[in-house]
Amino acid sequence: MHMATQQDVTQRSSESTPQERRATRSEAAMRPPVDVFETADGITLQADMPGVSKDRLNLRVDGTTLLLEGTVQIAMAGQMEPLYADVRSTLYRCSFVLSNELDTARIAANLKDGVLSVTIPKRAELRPRRIEVLSN
Amino acid sequence: MFERMNPYDDGLLSQFRRLEQEMDELFSGGTMWTGTRNIRSLPSGSFPAVNVGQTADAVTVYLFAPGIDPKTLNTSIQQNLLSISGQRQVAVDKNASYYRQERFTGDFHRVISLPDDVDPERVEARYADGILQVTVGRRASAKPRQIEIR
Repeated sequence: MHMATQQDVTQRSSESTPQERRATRSEAAMRPPVDVFETADGITLQADMPGVSKDRLNLRVDGTTLLLEGTVQIAMAGQMEPLYADVRSTLYRCSFVLSNELDTARIAANLKDGVLSVTIPKRAELRPRRIEVLSN
Repeated sequence: MFERMNPYDDGLLSQFRRLEQEMDELFSGGTMWTGTRNIRSLPSGSFPAVNVGQTADAVTVYLFAPGIDPKTLNTSIQQNLLSISGQRQVAVDKNASYYRQERFTGDFHRVISLPDDVDPERVEARYADGILQVTVGRRASAKPRQIEIR
């Protein structure tokens, strides 16, 4: 009798309520809009990440993968109730595969007014050289 | 109580997220959202994205408008309509070759319909980290009042 009750309880707890499922469901990350362009010196990436401050930005290079991550923090009054929302996540994330001619050791980044700018220089020895065509 | 269990709980935004999840659950099963939208609303993905939240004292509008000089924004309010227009110019490097150009560039204008009890005389705006936050006070009569029992 005692055992049966206990088992019952265990079974019930393994079935999560909708509220618990919601609480444990991981947050969907937003992919920020980006501009990517290349010059003779390197590649520049610009990403719109409004609401992300420097201390909430995570920029990482892992091998040849560049990862951008940032969390949104907005100032607000204590008990606020949402009326309308275009933005429903607090996490931005995107990643890119870099190529060998890029010098990952010299990546520079700047964050201003929610715009992240990342410059990835090309290795000096691999910058494009103009090939002279000899006319003879 | 369950709200506190959410590891991503960040107050208002987690509430916005729950709102979305509840809508997801409501409309899951391939049903298209055919709900009623505000006549002045813009299609999703428009620049800038907007969130609106309310407390008993104020309504706050968050405009996700990165890379803008707040001095160039034109913000006005008429009764309960908040209008924000401006321009975002993304500099284009003519000597570069572009692989992606996803960021918004050009003029924008959004009109946000606020609850009817807002007080257009009490508006405050500030810009930080690419978010313009406009807080509009609400009329005292709209606030919930404690009723004293004698």
